[in-house]
Amino acid sequence: MANRIELRVKRYHPENDQEPWFESYAVPLRKEWVILDALNYIKDHLDGSLTFRWSCRMGVCGSCGMDVNGVPKLACATFLTDCAPGPVRVEPLKNFPILRDLVVDISDFLVKLADAKPWIIRKVEKPLEEEYLQTPEQVDAYKQFSMCINCMLCYAACPVYGLDPLFSGPAAIALAQRYNMDSRDQGAGIRMDILSQHEGIWGCTFVGECTKVCPKHVDPAGAIQQYKVTSSIEWLKSLVLPRGAE
Amino acid sequence: MLDTSSHDIVLVGGGGAGLRAAIAISETAPNVSVAVVSKVYPMRSHTVAAEGGAAGVRVPEDSLDEHAYDTVSGGDWLCDQDAVEVFVKEAPLELMRLEHWGCPWSREPDGRVAVRPFGGMKKTRTWFAADKTGFHLLHTLFQTSLKYASIVRYDEYYVTKLLVDEGRVQGVVALELTTGKIQAILAKAVILCTGGCGRVFRFTTNAAIKTGDGMALAYRAGAPLKDMEFVQYHPTGLPFTGILITEAARAEGGFLKNKDGYRYLQDYNLGTPEPTPVLRTMELGPRDRLSQAFVHEQNKGRTIEGPYGAVVNLDLRHLGEQVIKTKLPFVRELCLLYENIDPITQMIPVRPVVHYMMGGVHTDLNGQTPLEGLYAAGEVACVSINGANRLGSNSLPELLVFGTRAGRAAAAYVSEQKPPGRHLMALALDEQAYLEDHFLRKTGGHESIALLREDMQKIMENCAGIYRSGESLAGAADKLHELKERFQDIRLDDCGHMFNTELIAALELGCMLDVAETIAQCATERRESRGAHQRIDHPERDDAKFLAHSLAYQDTNGRPRVEYLPVTITRWAPAERVYGK
Amino acid sequence: MLHPTEYVPKSYHPRVSTYWWLGRWAYAKFILREISSIFVAWVVVTTLLQVRALKAGPAAYAQFQAWLATPWVLVLNAISLFFVVFHAVTWFNLAPKAMVVRMRGKRLPAAAIAAPNYAAWVVVSATVLWILLRG
Repeated sequence: MANRIELRVKRYHPENDQEPWFESYAVPLRKEWVILDALNYIKDHLDGSLTFRWSCRMGVCGSCGMDVNGVPKLACATFLTDCAPGPVRVEPLKNFPILRDLVVDISDFLVKLADAKPWIIRKVEKPLEEEYLQTPEQVDAYKQFSMCINCMLCYAACPVYGLDPLFSGPAAIALAQRYNMDSRDQGAGIRMDILSQHEGIWGCTFVGECTKVCPKHVDPAGAIQQYKVTSSIEWLKSLVLPRGAE
Repeated sequence: MLDTSSHDIVLVGGGGAGLRAAIAISETAPNVSVAVVSKVYPMRSHTVAAEGGAAGVRVPEDSLDEHAYDTVSGGDWLCDQDAVEVFVKEAPLELMRLEHWGCPWSREPDGRVAVRPFGGMKKTRTWFAADKTGFHLLHTLFQTSLKYASIVRYDEYYVTKLLVDEGRVQGVVALELTTGKIQAILAKAVILCTGGCGRVFRFTTNAAIKTGDGMALAYRAGAPLKDMEFVQYHPTGLPFTGILITEAARAEGGFLKNKDGYRYLQDYNLGTPEPTPVLRTMELGPRDRLSQAFVHEQNKGRTIEGPYGAVVNLDLRHLGEQVIKTKLPFVRELCLLYENIDPITQMIPVRPVVHYMMGGVHTDLNGQTPLEGLYAAGEVACVSINGANRLGSNSLPELLVFGTRAGRAAAAYVSEQKPPGRHLMALALDEQAYLEDHFLRKTGGHESIALLREDMQKIMENCAGIYRSGESLAGAADKLHELKERFQDIRLDDCGHMFNTELIAALELGCMLDVAETIAQCATERRESRGAHQRIDHPERDDAKFLAHSLAYQDTNGRPRVEYLPVTITRWAPAERVYGK
Repeated sequence: MLHPTEYVPKSYHPRVSTYWWLGRWAYAKFILREISSIFVAWVVVTTLLQVRALKAGPAAYAQFQAWLATPWVLVLNAISLFFVVFHAVTWFNLAPKAMVVRMRGKRLPAAAIAAPNYAAWVVVSATVLWILLRG
């Protein structure tokens, strides 16, 4: 095994650059190293100005999403040896504005997340002494969608989000569905009104890339298609049944 | 000129404690404006990495007194028992509140919330959400916090200083990462929820962001840091990365084996090995004793020499595929990805790794610090309910109970009208000038951030390991102080304003050096062994002299001055810690 | 150096290229899948023309058959056959994503939802073929 590997990292400094450009670095190729280790090596020893987000380094905080050789990945979960012999192209996530180097602006997602009302909505709250009974099967109904770490890889993979910034996006819809499917929640109707507008869920054309890149196997594409089915059935019901009849 | 905004309460840190406090304030005092100022987006906070569970009395055979006793004895009697009594009472209520907010607790077949056994606890009382409890807790709190319009978030703002005027904390100076703009955020009260400082050590389960920022802010403002010498080593971290393998793996029945396949814990007063886990015995002993056992095994030559140092094996194979896939799926994922090992068929190499700081900013049981207007909750604070050693699954409820209490106390405090200090803007402008002069506009400088950080970590590894000695501690605080002087000559490659993470790394290093110095100084002065602080030259517990908390104040020369505060004993007189029976 | 309070966050907005779909094979496959609907529509049109020719009588029908045999129609229909099959296969394979069926607490695997679709397709096609070949 060669002992070095080349990383071609996309740089962009808003105070100096009009456009992003690539810079090459040679880093040690160690079998336990992930892309994040290589980036930290560069920042610590070669170029302190290289800028990227990271925190937990174990794939649960969602900070280090990046485009590695054209595919959105978590930098802390992508091994250098899997990209060898290189060069490895490291770029910021697609479909987001670039703030600096590998850091993108995800504030749009946070707005869309809040719009999806991702919290338990109830007509009447239970008192604290009573718990909501929820069988393991009922937990399974939404568990998968609750595993989202908000890493934004799905947004970077989604061509619709790239072309139509009004689209709610995979993670926001999956999280809405997480609450819709939670037996303790009664807010499905409220979320439906917001999300079944054209851009909400109908912007999705089921490309399916979001599910492919999700590091936590949330299956946002599945969530969205299931939501489309529910939404259509609700719409049909509203035509057939008079208002107010449940 | 300086941009200024103001709120009634500023929370520094947006993790479990910070978000819970924000929600508590919004619920009890909806007219109070709350700002959550965090250097990362809240869902990146390190609460997200907690795995095992959260303890709260639940089964009828259990009682609050027993949870309290387990906690007090687990903490080697350094816990303030009045705080522990409040904690065990409110923990189950807080966990149920999370259930109502949607937290996906794992359930019994009949639909009731399930509990699992955990280390150091005599009864089964740990609530859990598979093995990603902290992740689900944090995301539930964050998503629930989006409901409240009164909570304003400052995402990716780094607080560099507390504004103290007329003896009261009245706001913070913060750097907006995206633009580099320095801003004063004024408030009537500030609550620190910034977490611990595991990154002062090289080998830690902690994320990059755990750099003791809040501890340093409070320390520099004049509040004391308490019990800093008590550093928890978690017995099972993966070699090289230090990634946490949750205690739940042992709670479900995992065995720790040395190189001969022998369950070595039986040699260390932790009971006799049984095929299924027995509470407060063997692998379900307290973390400090398990980490200490590893060191003894290593000295006897019975650990396995791995490529990254000595390890022992965590054996989960006998648990079977079904249990591992339903109860420990994240553990399996981590082992497969980072060690290329499937715990269903192979043993996991593990070793003790720095995990948690029992010490922190000194607070009372309402999160109030001695500095008026300053509160703290979570790992950054030391109430103390964890004493000399924390029991696993006590930390997550601690965030909730004391986050709520600090939030409510701060909300009550700000309802009293007090005129703002007259020097606040001047203080803030001073801080802005300091940051510009010392970091951004500076040319030259010879010290590399990375090398200084490594030097600090080496000193800490040497002096504040699982076993310490007068020798290893001698001069450690002095050496760390030297590093602080070298820090004045720091070199930054990045002098831009926008998203300058190198500047943040430098500021974080400054915080870590201050905090590290207090750890070393407190460890030097505590001449006894208690819980996680074990001294080879003082191997016995000394209740006569040291049944007290160390309080480290920053002296006028910048160095820590240690005083002692007696522990509050209510109902459990100090006794011997007994496990294995 | 600019004074900090004069800073306005500035970010770079990368433009999405018109040829974004050539960037990854998965995207190209998606576009082909979408384009297949054009060929499905063509098959529907051909069938409608066929029905109209039937109604118009044997002479018109013979004309229709001759038209079907012209080279460009043959090529077009061959391509359409490929795309209709592609359309059906991708549709059946994706159906399980949208339909969550639970039996005894466990979710049915994707194959269990896709399989009946394929089975129905085979049965219907076989029946049609049998009717045609019988006479």
